[in-house]
Amino acid sequence: MDPAVVDLSRLQFALTALYHFLFVPLTLGLSFMLVIMESIYVMTKRPIWRTVTRFWAGLFGINFVLGVATGLTMEFQFGMNWSYYSHYVGDIFGAPLAIEGLMAFFLEATFVGLMFFGWDKLSRVGHLFVTFMVAVGTNFSALWILIANGWMQNPVGSAFNPDTMRMEVSDFGAVLFNPVAQAKFVHTVSAGYVIAAVFVLGISAWYLLKGKHIGVAKRSMTVAAAFGLASSLSVVVLGDESGYALTDNQKMKLAALEAMWETEPAPAGLTAFGIPSLAERKTHYEVKIPYVLGLISTRSIDKPVEGIFELVAIAEDRIESGVKAYDALERVKADPKDVTARAAFELHRRDLGYGLLLKRYVADPRMADAATIRKASWDTVPNVPVMFWAFRVMAGIGFLMIALFATAFVLVTLRKHQTKWFLVLAVAAIPLPWIAAELGWVLAELGRQPWAVEGVLPTFLGASDLSVAQLWTTIIAFTLLYGALAVVEVGLILRHIKKGPFAEQEAFASPASVEPAVA
Amino acid sequence: MDLPIDYATLRIIWWALMGVLLIGFALTDGFDMGVGALLPFVAKTDEERRMVINTIGATWEGNQVWFVLGGGAIFAAWPFVYAVSFSGFYLPMFLVLAAMILRPVGFKYRSKRPDPRWRSFWDWALFTGGFVPVLVFGVAVGNVLQGAPFRFDSDLRISYLGSLLGLFSPFALLCGLLSVAMLVLHGAAWLTVKAEVGPVTERARRFGEIAGLASIVLFAAGGFYVAFGGMGFRLEGLTDAAGPSNPLRTVVVAAPGAWLDNYARHSWMILAPVLGFVGTAVALLGLRMDRAALSFSGSTLATLGIISTVGLSMFPFILPSAIDPRSSLTAWNASSSHLTLFIMLIVTVIFLPLILIYTAWVYKVLWGRSSTTALTTNPDLY
Repeated sequence: MDPAVVDLSRLQFALTALYHFLFVPLTLGLSFMLVIMESIYVMTKRPIWRTVTRFWAGLFGINFVLGVATGLTMEFQFGMNWSYYSHYVGDIFGAPLAIEGLMAFFLEATFVGLMFFGWDKLSRVGHLFVTFMVAVGTNFSALWILIANGWMQNPVGSAFNPDTMRMEVSDFGAVLFNPVAQAKFVHTVSAGYVIAAVFVLGISAWYLLKGKHIGVAKRSMTVAAAFGLASSLSVVVLGDESGYALTDNQKMKLAALEAMWETEPAPAGLTAFGIPSLAERKTHYEVKIPYVLGLISTRSIDKPVEGIFELVAIAEDRIESGVKAYDALERVKADPKDVTARAAFELHRRDLGYGLLLKRYVADPRMADAATIRKASWDTVPNVPVMFWAFRVMAGIGFLMIALFATAFVLVTLRKHQTKWFLVLAVAAIPLPWIAAELGWVLAELGRQPWAVEGVLPTFLGASDLSVAQLWTTIIAFTLLYGALAVVEVGLILRHIKKGPFAEQEAFASPASVEPAVA
Repeated sequence: MDLPIDYATLRIIWWALMGVLLIGFALTDGFDMGVGALLPFVAKTDEERRMVINTIGATWEGNQVWFVLGGGAIFAAWPFVYAVSFSGFYLPMFLVLAAMILRPVGFKYRSKRPDPRWRSFWDWALFTGGFVPVLVFGVAVGNVLQGAPFRFDSDLRISYLGSLLGLFSPFALLCGLLSVAMLVLHGAAWLTVKAEVGPVTERARRFGEIAGLASIVLFAAGGFYVAFGGMGFRLEGLTDAAGPSNPLRTVVVAAPGAWLDNYARHSWMILAPVLGFVGTAVALLGLRMDRAALSFSGSTLATLGIISTVGLSMFPFILPSAIDPRSSLTAWNASSSHLTLFIMLIVTVIFLPLILIYTAWVYKVLWGRSSTTALTTNPDLY
């Protein structure tokens, strides 16, 4: 396998997935904010709330279509670029993707058309129901994709089958109720809610600064402040839950994002600052807060947290055991009826993935010498400095968001919507939660390296048999296409904001556009 | 583990469900794509084009999910097929995605600005988003019938030895054109049902008639090619329909003409190609007599018949290998595990009927022809 093909495949996946996730979280959160705004309209029957809902729905629509468009790539890219991965884990990983289609995509996509085109064809409550279905559908889709991703981080409920040369499901319930998946789902959707709340807050603040559309802006700001405060609190608390899930399942990821080279004895301290060095395998200028890491990750003060050196030593043992699994598997392949080989495989099966790590250096892992095994064991360490900083920036923004929304909540409660310094801050804060969300994915996926599926399949083995030329063709073409669409999208969003919430009522003066035909 | 349905039966059910999903995609998003491909030709003025776009504007998004679900379900139930086909047809698949990415944005963004150049750009984007995927899907089916150039090593790692141009054999192009003709007919029939009666429906009927005639000729030519063009593969020896999914454990030979074997063995299967021809003829009759419901029923049956013909001719083959027949994927060696097929069947049995019910409700709410006058009164229209 050409290493350039693996690197380019990873680059393309990172580009298309991070780009996709610029649009998805806004959809996740704004869909529920539309439900809130429209519920107020249905309860109060005041036309201003209809205007508020329709204005934000317009922005929702411009953003939604790019989420759909870039989601197409995600659904097929596993097969296109990661065909061995798709074969190796499709038996488990494919199921949540298919269920996502059946349970979530159909719901959101079928109702989203009616949400936009059904204003004059449905009663108020009927339309609210349709909006609600869209929100439920988008959030269900997050659930299933995170069950799929959670399994890559913590591959429960499955085992390798030597007859089919792949992982197969043994306990579907374990895949569904994977603690990593559950923690990731709630953390990710809360992040989406924060993004939507910041988006609504920031644009409303812009109107208030300009003194335009004050009625719509104040009402939107109130919804955003309440929704944002609840979401920003939950994103941090539930992110902490993700950290707790890591302790049991991905110790290496936790050690890397803490740049914790040595095992931290109980009570483990949290590194607030430091300069991690990959080459020297140590962290300079560490500033530690005692007890905190122990509390976060073990919910106790008497348990140690394992460091990178200790985890690498464990990996080395597992690679040695994995070589035995590989040897037994080769014998089973040669003779499927070889009972002793099957028994030997059973004994070492759980370490097969570690044995495969050696394929980066030797075609046959059984030929690896001790030095190679040593080297491969250090491959299990992700990029520590990137992890360390990505985590700190993400978490820092998380706390900033709590402060932002707590302030917003106090101001709107006191009816001081037009506090100028805060409005400026709210506009400036718009990009921050996007940065945090993207870094969150960097943390989750870079922290899983070198694995495509933790402990099961190294990333470099998962790629398709493609040429460098094919990959450059699609990377360049995707970049141009996505880049152009981003420019168009931002342009249309700015245009929609500039035109404001009342533009359509001015253009379509007929009463049908103001009140629904069916009351 | 003991499951209430045995492995071989589940494989047949999932083979059939894969067909249901692909046909569901062709029948629903098929007319959206047909309308997209017809858009610049049946509608001349901006108002006509908006009217045409609004015949599918509210529902195409749900229809497209058949495509996404098709991908997900093949991943879950036929991981080998998912892995081999999408990595093997890498650049064609990229073309399909790029073209389809233009559709959501095309529908939504076109009406956001009045500038004629802006609108014309998105009209052609919508044309591309309809025409290109339909053509490429047809070309891909042609390649599947002929066998694709891939093989597995003993780790079941796939290597693919084809080139982009190699995909465009004369037979594959014929299949591509058949696919375009079939779905342009379906799209034209949809327009006669859903568009405002007038110049647009007149043009749709004319294009539909041309597409229908082309479809009959191409389908017949394709049949001859399949019978006498040296295509076909056959399983040799005893096949364990409930054996482990490992393509290297089956024996397959290339057998020219073998794609007709099933019709000799199960004569009822001849209904599929008959439906392909009769359905197209009915659609043509409907267009000629200006009976919209008849046209659309005809094009629906035609699409059902033509796609079923491909599946039934090849059964149990799903994706044969032209360079290493032993690596061929069949219904017996390419599925996921017994447990996964069973769980996915339960999920499908619960959710597919629900989907059909709420989709039908949405179509009912949006029932009625699209019109140009509504464009001036309804701010929600594209």
